[in-house]
Amino acid sequence: MGNEAQPQDATASVDFQEVQQTERFKTLRKRHRSFVFPMAVVFLLWYFAYVLLAAYAVEFMSTKVWGNINVGLILGLLQFVTTFGITAWYVNYSNKKLDPIAADIRNEIEGHEFDKDGNVISGVNK
Amino acid sequence: MNTMVPAVNVEALKDTTLLNMGIFALFVAVTMVIVFRASRNNKTAADYYAAGRSFTGSQNGTAIAGDYLSAASFLGITGAIAINGYDGFLYSIGFLVAWLVALLLVAELLRNTGKFTMADVLSFRLRQRPVRIAAALSTLAVCFFYLLAQMAGAGSLISLLLGISDWGGQALVIIVVGALMIMYVLIGGMKGTTWVQIIKAILLIAGAAVMTAMVLAIYGFNLSSLLGSAAEAANNPAVLNPGLQYGKSDTSKLDFMSLGLALVLGTAALPHVLMRFYTVPTAKEARKSVVWAIWLIGLFYLFTLVLGYGAAALVGAETIKSAPGGVNSAAPLLAFHLGGPLLLGFISAVAFATILAVVAGLTITAAASFAHDIYANVISKGKADATTEVKVARRTVVVIGVLAILGGIFANGQNVAFLVALAFAVAASANLPTIVYSLFWKKFTTQGAVWSMYGGLAAAILLITFSPVVSGAKTSMIPGANFAFFPLSNPGIVSIPLAFFLGWLGTVLDKRREDPAKQAEMEVRSLTGVGAEKAVDH
Repeated sequence: MGNEAQPQDATASVDFQEVQQTERFKTLRKRHRSFVFPMAVVFLLWYFAYVLLAAYAVEFMSTKVWGNINVGLILGLLQFVTTFGITAWYVNYSNKKLDPIAADIRNEIEGHEFDKDGNVISGVNK
Repeated sequence: MNTMVPAVNVEALKDTTLLNMGIFALFVAVTMVIVFRASRNNKTAADYYAAGRSFTGSQNGTAIAGDYLSAASFLGITGAIAINGYDGFLYSIGFLVAWLVALLLVAELLRNTGKFTMADVLSFRLRQRPVRIAAALSTLAVCFFYLLAQMAGAGSLISLLLGISDWGGQALVIIVVGALMIMYVLIGGMKGTTWVQIIKAILLIAGAAVMTAMVLAIYGFNLSSLLGSAAEAANNPAVLNPGLQYGKSDTSKLDFMSLGLALVLGTAALPHVLMRFYTVPTAKEARKSVVWAIWLIGLFYLFTLVLGYGAAALVGAETIKSAPGGVNSAAPLLAFHLGGPLLLGFISAVAFATILAVVAGLTITAAASFAHDIYANVISKGKADATTEVKVARRTVVVIGVLAILGGIFANGQNVAFLVALAFAVAASANLPTIVYSLFWKKFTTQGAVWSMYGGLAAAILLITFSPVVSGAKTSMIPGANFAFFPLSNPGIVSIPLAFFLGWLGTVLDKRREDPAKQAEMEVRSLTGVGAEKAVDH
């Protein structure tokens, strides 16, 4: 029941502070933060290291490695590679470690799940 | 190899004007039909602002790429690489890496907690009025700077692509571009705008891919010999090394750091990018959008590397610089060299479509922010119904459109390239600290948010006013005057840390505490998607 109701109504009676204190939510928050914070620090440091090298270590960046391809170009292309890599890693991590817990908690509060178009899948009991 | 290159005859470009206009007219006709069809289902506020939250992650990701890859990216970066070599490439890397901030820290959490605008998220657990007004003002400031840059850019683009060099003719074209944009946004709302961006992104990336393949084929798919030829044509092996543009002095190096900081932190705080995350039904689709956007944008910037050096090798820096449109003409001239008038016509039409799609996205964001944040929540204190709110939004679209046209006409020919960088700096200073603090810092308060937003906004704008881009240098906006005391042309390196600091200071000095229940609700919602706005059924 209650599937026709607006989601806001479904959550009006929820004590979010209680949910916030549950072990399951704490695990979700910890898993999320222990991935995104270190990762954000790593890619920002790597990006600024690259920018600093480009500004202040011109000779090193200009060293030819293969034909006309120099260190600067390789490091620049590596920025693309790491960006793509971190993206894929994060998607994989959230699919496996974050989405299932988030769906569990959401399910319990709202009493129903959503398909990928956001439509309510009814029949799940609260 | 480079000696056999036939010189590109810039005069001959004028003969292709009709063809360029024809291809552009075709684009307008096709998108208009799609916008009309898409608009039939526009009923509610969620339809108008957020396209009924009905786009898929891949569609939205493509639209984000269409929104983000402005004419500045395409024409500007290709030209920068053609003239300044490696230093042009540095831009693309900043523009791409920035998306990781959006992916990891912002996109999904924002989708889960907001409805229509950036201010929805920022004011979620703080006091509504002050935070909403501050967030709306910074949204309008960012949109205005960005819009002005695009409209003024349209003027200089026209001189090259359509052969219209007199002021009146260019003004007329700016009016046409502005009027078309108003129609798209007025009729199609977010849905129409999104389709224009999707079509444009596909055309732009396909066009760049074809040109990249043609350039690489000339050099036997050997990047090294392309680079060699570019260095030879420039008669300067340093084009392959960093430092040509930014390595001149200690100030210019510091300026580059400042720009890098603004680019990487600004993207995830651009209001028109953030608003796109509301057009998908769930946080998972928002994540998918960013992933698509990262792949498309990354791929595109790899193409610009080849196109930039290709233009340097095949067209030559001197020809590019002396063409009407200057640096911006590198990509169109390369297209003419590779595929004659037809490819030039196609690329020119894509460049126009780019301006049109980006200004449409900016306009709907600014209109939504005014109608939803300032009118509905502040002026009428939440009592306005959705119909009135959308009516206000539509009127705002017309006002912003007219302002953009006037601004574009008067800024035409001005040195406005810095406006895009300024928009990034304002976004990174005024918005990002508050977004990050309110999502991740439990103790963050209203005073912290207000100090950080106004402090960041004011610092960014004041520093740019007293920098060499406005006065005191040969390339300044006001050439005769000199009241510059800030040496850098990008304020980010000062204003961004300052805004983070003010957010912290305002919070620790705040005697009021925010409601812990609201904080709990925001945290639970942001991570789980409980109670998030769903797709609208039709």
